[in-house]
Amino acid sequence: MPVTKIFVANRGEIAVRIIRAARELGIATVQAVSAADRDMLAARLADEVVEIGPAHARKSYLDMDAVLRGAIESGADAIHPGYGFLSENAAFAEKVEQAGLVFIGPKAETIRAMGDKATARAMAAAAGVPTVPGSEGRVDGVEAALAVAETIGYPVMIKASAGGGGRGIRVAQDAGELATLIPQASAEALAAFGDGGLYLERFVGTARHVEVQILGDGTRAIHTYERECSLQRRRQKVWEEAPAACLTPEVREALCASAVRLAESVGYRGAGTLEYLYDAATGEFFFIEMNTRIQVEHPVSEMITGIDLVREMIRIAAGNPLAYSQADVRLKGHAIEVRINAEDAAKNFLPAPGTITGLRVPGGMGVRFDSMLYPGYSVPPFYDSLLGKLIVWDETRAGAIARLSRALGELEVSGLPTTTPLHKALAADAEVQAGAFHTRWLESWLETHPIDNPAS
Amino acid sequence: MAVKTIQAPIPGTFYRKPAPDQPAYKADGDTVAVGETVGLIEVMKSFTPIVAEEAGRIVKFYVENEDPVMAGEPLYDLEA
Repeated sequence: MPVTKIFVANRGEIAVRIIRAARELGIATVQAVSAADRDMLAARLADEVVEIGPAHARKSYLDMDAVLRGAIESGADAIHPGYGFLSENAAFAEKVEQAGLVFIGPKAETIRAMGDKATARAMAAAAGVPTVPGSEGRVDGVEAALAVAETIGYPVMIKASAGGGGRGIRVAQDAGELATLIPQASAEALAAFGDGGLYLERFVGTARHVEVQILGDGTRAIHTYERECSLQRRRQKVWEEAPAACLTPEVREALCASAVRLAESVGYRGAGTLEYLYDAATGEFFFIEMNTRIQVEHPVSEMITGIDLVREMIRIAAGNPLAYSQADVRLKGHAIEVRINAEDAAKNFLPAPGTITGLRVPGGMGVRFDSMLYPGYSVPPFYDSLLGKLIVWDETRAGAIARLSRALGELEVSGLPTTTPLHKALAADAEVQAGAFHTRWLESWLETHPIDNPAS
Repeated sequence: MAVKTIQAPIPGTFYRKPAPDQPAYKADGDTVAVGETVGLIEVMKSFTPIVAEEAGRIVKFYVENEDPVMAGEPLYDLEA
């Protein structure tokens, strides 16, 4: 089905990103906005703007009927959900297709299967992809959990089947703790996700977060290499890079091949990410979950391969086969992305909405700034704090870090505090430069490296 | 009896209930003690409790549950 007009059902920098890709393909765009977002950059760049509801996301961007109504009334023939909001909602994908529109993403059944982590694990295992030693699907009750933990060994991680974004996770050191935590975790999962289902995994203490970007057309899939996202605060990614410096070429090849195997085994359509834990001590990697959408950190994969992932998502949704074979995908150089958030790193990352009174965007060789900012824009308090992403590329990792430092020095956002000082400190840190970190490194580093924020 | 208008200290989404399926913290006409929670304001996904700095009776709320508020916008009238 041809796509001639895309309804952008998201906001912020990803909405801008989608509009840019659509325009390059000669496709018109309609930007959905809440009442609080009429002035956002994407609304200014799109061909048309449709207000879908009030500021509260549940009454606008998360309201399936309001989004669909806006899309149909505007005459769009496709919906791009971006990330977050309705991007991984199988019921929404189904409604879009039932309305005769193209959902720019995977099939509803793929979203549903991968959205249940226990099912995703089982499908990975069936495709021969290593998973963290753990339960076969859900564990029902304390007795079953204790038996599973006995075979995989302590400490074990308790996870909610329906969880995400790091929510619903507990670590039990021994059988006593497990027996206490299981009923609690189940009750919490039920309250938070409407599903009390749990599963268990071996707890890998100094894991690195490595994820593989894939693209599929429903039959064939390719990878565009992996990203490392180990620098996290409260399980939110702060700094992402590609490729992962911790992998040998042999491990990289095995890891990426496993991701393609899983994507092809589920007939994956569109852009997706397979998340893995990498244990640098043993060289083992384990599949954890799949994200069935474009991700915030996708630009680093674009920078090392030259492939426009959002454009390719749209082409595939319009019914075209993948334009690339694996042999076309060449890894070149190193890319780093840092998230520029409206937060005061000096005040425990206090969120800080406000008006952009001045803006200087860095440029030059190998520098890209994907953002929602313009001078005079009022960042609303109703959504997340991501203002934009600074992405750099160079031939080597050391070169990319030097370029990042240079670009951060040029970046000026006035009117509110941003996380720029944190990134400057990270880029100057010897351990970051050596690539010597893991998923819990940043939080302990922050305890001994207070961030000074001159803008606050 | 003096009536004063209490304003939102920060911008965001005002919640009058601790959770969607629970009753409101306070209704029009309720009394409130110092330190009692009157509502929550969500700013960029982080929640700040709005607590009473003075005791008294809430005459009326200006905002409903999940209404957007700007800093300085009236939240409720308090009779102290």
